[in-house]
Formats: sequence, structure tokens, C-alpha cells
Amino acid sequence: MPNRFKSGAIRLGCTAVAAALLLTGCSNDSGDTTPPTNNAPAQNLVIGVTSDVDTLFPWKATQFNTVNVMQTLYGTLVEFDENLAIVPGIATSWETSDDGLSVTFKLREGVKFADGSPCEAEDVKFSYDAIMDEATGAASRSSLASVLSVEAVDSLTVVLHLSAPDVVLLSNLAVINLAILSSTDTEESLSTTPNGTGPFKLQERKPSQSLILARNENYWGDSAKLDTIEFRVIPDETSIVSAMQAGNVQLSIFDDPVVAQTAESAGIKIQETSQLAYHVLQLNTVSGPLADVNFRLAIQCAVDRQEVLDTAASGEGEVTGPITAPAFRSDPKARPCPTKDITKAKEYLAASAYPEGATIRTIVSQGEYATSVNEATNVQAQLAEIGITLDLQVMESGAYVTAWLAADFEAAIALNGGRPEPYGMYNRYFISTGNLNTVAGYSSEELDTLFDAARQESDTTARANLYQQISKHLEDNAVWVWLFTSYTYAATTSNVSGFTPMANDSMQYLRTTSIS
Amino acid sequence: MSVLTHPITRRVASAFGTLLGVAVLVFIMLRAIPGDQIIAQFGIETGDMTPAQIAALREYYGLDKSLFAQFFSWIGGLFQGNLGFSARAHLSVSELSANSLPVTIELAVLTIVLSLLIGVPLGMLSASKRDSIRDGFGQLVGLAGLSIPSFLLGSALLGWASAKFSYNPNGKAFVTLLENPWLNIQQMAMPALVLAFGIAAPIMRTTRTAVLEVRSLDFVRTAKAKGVPPRRLQYRHVLGNALVPIVTMTGLQFGYLLGGAIVVEQIFSLPGIGRQVLIGIEQKEYAVVQSTVLVIALGFVLVNLLTDVVYRLIDPRVRAA
Repeated sequence: MPNRFKSGAIRLGCTAVAAALLLTGCSNDSGDTTPPTNNAPAQNLVIGVTSDVDTLFPWKATQFNTVNVMQTLYGTLVEFDENLAIVPGIATSWETSDDGLSVTFKLREGVKFADGSPCEAEDVKFSYDAIMDEATGAASRSSLASVLSVEAVDSLTVVLHLSAPDVVLLSNLAVINLAILSSTDTEESLSTTPNGTGPFKLQERKPSQSLILARNENYWGDSAKLDTIEFRVIPDETSIVSAMQAGNVQLSIFDDPVVAQTAESAGIKIQETSQLAYHVLQLNTVSGPLADVNFRLAIQCAVDRQEVLDTAASGEGEVTGPITAPAFRSDPKARPCPTKDITKAKEYLAASAYPEGATIRTIVSQGEYATSVNEATNVQAQLAEIGITLDLQVMESGAYVTAWLAADFEAAIALNGGRPEPYGMYNRYFISTGNLNTVAGYSSEELDTLFDAARQESDTTARANLYQQISKHLEDNAVWVWLFTSYTYAATTSNVSGFTPMANDSMQYLRTTSIS
Repeated sequence: MSVLTHPITRRVASAFGTLLGVAVLVFIMLRAIPGDQIIAQFGIETGDMTPAQIAALREYYGLDKSLFAQFFSWIGGLFQGNLGFSARAHLSVSELSANSLPVTIELAVLTIVLSLLIGVPLGMLSASKRDSIRDGFGQLVGLAGLSIPSFLLGSALLGWASAKFSYNPNGKAFVTLLENPWLNIQQMAMPALVLAFGIAAPIMRTTRTAVLEVRSLDFVRTAKAKGVPPRRLQYRHVLGNALVPIVTMTGLQFGYLLGGAIVVEQIFSLPGIGRQVLIGIEQKEYAVVQSTVLVIALGFVLVNLLTDVVYRLIDPRVRAA
């Protein structure tokens, strides 16, 4: 330590002591969180989460825990059920015009915000207009890309006018980033006092420590069984397991299979759910060896996906193709090399412009999810067998996302989010005008045509067929190397019932959860 | 002696310079890390936004200003007592620190008390007979304290207490000392013990070395020859004179605890100042990290001042100087 530190900075010191004392004095904000009880025992559920919400504004919520909290506080026009089918939310019914250019929503009567004010057509118009306004900085503005204008016909009727038929619009509207807010609220007011139409409302927040929700008596659906839900921040997943064992915490969602196994062996009930998110080796096909389709096919054939899954995630997951949504899932065997085939890989490589192999600069994020580095090293070892070298650049997640967004990589080990509707999941990557098309590093006229057809095809079977063609195109051209999907693990203590985990990570069934 | 050349003025000025250096350094380092608050908030969804949206967000987070403007508006704010604002917590950094600083100070004080209670007697035991079995025992405990990482010890302790006795005060919502003293002490006990185990080790080693050194000095032999009782000799003469290095080491460790107990705070869910910095870095909340680091640096300066005062109390030679 430098000597000058030891100097007697008396005046400064005294100020600091005074400041510290002042601060100590201010910190005594006690919070009694016991809700009012009637005859039945109070239903207070504690959920262990590793991080606090990073915003209370639903249009800007993107992180896992924040989205979950927003889903219990706010409501959307339509919702997903447990099978990810679209069901009524604030809207009870909807009708698309014959030309597909307008959708009319009938709103539920008597829907109220947590503050008791009615939720009506004007609020829907206000919300969608604000989301589309670039100055708002809403995360899912692009979900409303096909919407030209929003019209509140009467207090319970809203019409969305579209620039082109858009059958995936409904599944976009079910996402909490398109939550309906009261036209009298602002981002500033909602940051301290959330006011939504969801089954719960905010009771108390201690930043970085806990967030306590109470049942919203104004909720339009069946009243929640729980009196309160506390999202308690316990940063370490292993510590959450300990807290569950001691009975302090009753529910948590884990993504690390090792933690889930520890919890299960400690007698905690674990439900595993296959995720829509997928692990993938993204290839940037714009230039260099990866612009050569034979080179990419060589990579695709040289990788044993099951081996990657086994080594990186102890086999906890499923090998996948591009489409992960259960209703449209790609057959993981439907690809040029359904299993690892070194002979074929070498043939493809020989046919490419780089028969001797090449070095590929590959970015890998560290710390964002548990398996990334192990996936990268396994793929690296497998590709070494055919003379392709992955030059791994392991980065902190902020640096990784920055490089990823700038398409500053030849290949990237990624865990990308999935959506129930494949169009919404991939159009931003693979149509030539997509916002993330540079990051995807691939486009073709055929894909553009297929995506456009899918967006306009209201018949589900016909749309499924189009999605299979998209999937086939992506695999046949080895655009990326899709690896596997993993599970999340819903951990509950034995006294918790009625909670259904969902493939899109949603915890919306907290509304039917009870505790005994 | 003019006010300008007075030693106290010089020390205040030099402490001030140190803090300014810390401020500049942390400001630059934060911005050297790739990514900003928008990317931390929206992740890859940032790529799905239009340039106008990004521009609106940059303005919202104050990232549209030049680096100079950002630096001087932050420093200017500091002089007016405004440490900045956390959009994530929707609280000012002063309010955040008012909640987290007492937690960290309490943990640090408890840890230091425990470490002294373990380290000093163990060091004296070791030194009482060099290279004996008890010396070996003391050294072994010291080595264990230095080599067992706190995250391992912490997780193991917490897991064991939870599984065996369903005892886990840290799984309950955190309470301050004023809200619920009994629960608060229980929540602090395990983390303080885990930290103390690690910090007792250097204190034990320092004590052992210092005691051995003092014991070999002439005045101890003289005192012994004069017939000072062994107990008095041990405590008053030997330990008394060995205190200076022990206090130095304790001060150093205390300073380290003010900013460095992040891992233990994570495992035991303590909302201390280390976690405040960590979350700030993850979210790229520049104002939070900058101001909190300054608060920690100020704490460091303060602890060193205290160490200085204690020197004067225990060592007449320093007083005379």
C-alpha cells in the first residue's frame, strides 16, 4: 500500500465518519411484509432468484427474471397457454378481415388496472402507439412492424390496420413486451408504482434484496390463490438449494443441470422442461472459407451433436434442428449428415476451395450460461479431425454481445432465444431486410420468399409445411450448425402445487399455484 | 509553520489526490470495457432496434454526452452530494450506499473481531515454543485458513447447516441490525466466521513472527533477569511491543474487507457494498460503480487514518515523532 494512504486525512476522515453515520441512520426502513389474514392460513410463496429485476417497465424487460415478474403484474391482449397456443387475454375474441389487412379485437368487459381504473380500447391504442414510437425505446417495437395504425372504435373494440397480412402478429402480441399500460401512466411513474392488469400487484420492493407482490383483487380472471409472492434475491444457485432445504424458499427455476441434480438428491421436486432457446454454432457466410457451402457442409458433417450435448451439458437436453417450437419442430435427422460422418465431411472439404482446412475465428461468451466454453472446446476438438481449426476467443458477456451485434466474428457459439412461432423467431435473422441479418450472415431469395409466404399463410398445416422448407433450406446449406436445446428445471418444495413450467420460460402459472 | 505546509494539510491534500486518481482510473476503466448500459439491458435485442430507438436510449442513459461532459458532470455532482442515480434500482447511489454500507461495515467489524480472537492467541501459542507440536498445529491452521477458498468453505457450511439442521438464516429475507438484531446477528455469523477463518491466518502469522522477534530482544532478557513474572512478561512486554505489525496487518485486512468480500456476500445473500459494485458492473451502471468505488476508497483512507491513530496509542515512539 502506498505510504500516502497512511496519512492522517483528518478533515476528510471526519466528513466520511459523519457521512457513514448519516447513512446508517437512513437505512432503517423496516418492512413488515405479513399480509392481512382471514380465516385460511396465509399463502405466502417465496421464489429464489439469482438476480433482481433490472427494470419495472414492461416494454423494456428482456432479462429472464424481469420478464417473469412483469408477467405477473401486467397483461396482454392475447396470451399463451401451457402448450403455447394463443388464448384470450384482455381481448376475448379477434377477427381478421378477408384481405388480411385489419384485425379487430373485442376487449373483455370490466378489465381493470391495479389502481382500479378501467382498461379500455384507448389504453390499447395508447400502448401500441407508444411502443411503435421510436423515442420510447421499447424492446419489441419490431413485433408491430406490420401495423400501420391502431384505431379505438369504441371503448371495447380495437382495430389494427396492417400493411400486409401477418398471421404471426397474434403470437407477437402475447409477449409481455407488448403489455397494455394505462394511458395515464408514464415510464417514470411505473418505475416505482407498477399498474397492470395482471393477477398480482407490487406490494414492496427492496432493490437487490426482494420484490414482494400481493394478489390483485381487480384481476379479470380467477383470483390468484397465493396472497403474496416474494422474489427473494439469492445470487448463488447452490445457496438457493440450501434455502429450499431449510424451508425458507419454496420455488426456483434452475438452468444448471448440476444444481438441479443437487436439489433433486436433497429431496426437492424437479420438473424439467425442454426449452425453445437453442445452442448453435453460428457461421458468418459473408466472406472467407465459410462463404463456401461445401466448407460449411464439411463442418456440419464433422460435428457429432450428441457428443457436444454429452460433454458440455452432461446429456441434459435434446439434439435439435432450426425450429424448436413443439408445434413445428424440425426433425433433427433431416440434415445432410444426420450423424457424424467424417468420410463425407472430408469429401465436402475436398470439394471446397479450402481442401486443406482453414482457421475460423470463433467467439464464445463466458459467464452468461454454464455450458458455452465446454461446447466450444468440444466442437473445436471434433473439427480438428478434418483439419479445421477453431480459434476460440472467449469473452465476457458484454464484450461478446458487442462483437456479436457488430457481426465481428467468423463463427460464434451462441445460445439464442426461441419463440413459439418460427417466423417471429427467425425472420429477423434470415430475411435479407431483417434487423439481425448481418449477424446471421446469410440470406437468399428462396428464404425471403418462404418467410413472406409463411407470414401470410393462415392455414396452420400449410404454414407448418413452409416452415419445414425453411428448416430444410437452412440445413441443406449448412447456414448454421444447430446443436441442441437444453432444459430448465422448476424446483418446488413438497408443499407447492399448481405450478406448470412452460417452454418459453414463462412463470405465468404462478396465478394457479398454491401452497399448503 | 504556515497552514499550507502543515503536515495535516499535506496529508489531506495527498488523500484528496489519491481519491481523484481513483476517480479518473475507474472512470476510464469502466468505459474501456466493451458494451454499455443499453447492451446490458437489452442484450441481443439491441440489434432489433432502429437507430432512432438507440439514439433515444443513449439520451435516456446519458451516453450521448462527450466523455469530458460525463466526467465533469459526475465530479460536479459529487461536490453537491449527488453520487448519481441507478435506473435499475430506481434509487440514488447515496440511498443504495446507505443501505449497503452498514451491512459491509458490520460484516467487516465482526470479521476483524473474530479474526483477532482466533489469530492472536493462535500466533502466541505458536510462538510460545518454536518448532514444537503446538507451533506445528498453529502453522497448520494458518495454512488451512490461507489455502481454503471462502466460496468453498461458505457453500459447504451453508449446505451442511441447511441439510442437517434445516438451519439457514441467510435464506430468510435480510434484516438490518436495527430491524431485528437477533436474526441479523445470525445472518452475519456464518459469513463473518468464513471470512475470519481466512483473515485470522495472516494475523496469526504476523503475531507469531512479531512475538518471536520481540522475545529475542535484549530488553526481554533484562526483564526476565529482573524477575518479571512470565505472564506479565508475555502480555505486557512481549505482546505489547509486537502490536505494531499486528495492527498494520489488521488495518490492511479491514480495508480489504470494505471492498473485497464480494464472494461471501454472494453466497450468503448479503446486500453489501461489494455486491452493489458487482451488479453495477454487470448492468454497466457507470455512476453506481464510479461512486461506490469512491466510497470504498474513502473507507480505505479512513481505515488508514485510524491505524495511524492506533499506532500513536500503542507506540510512544510514534507519538514522540
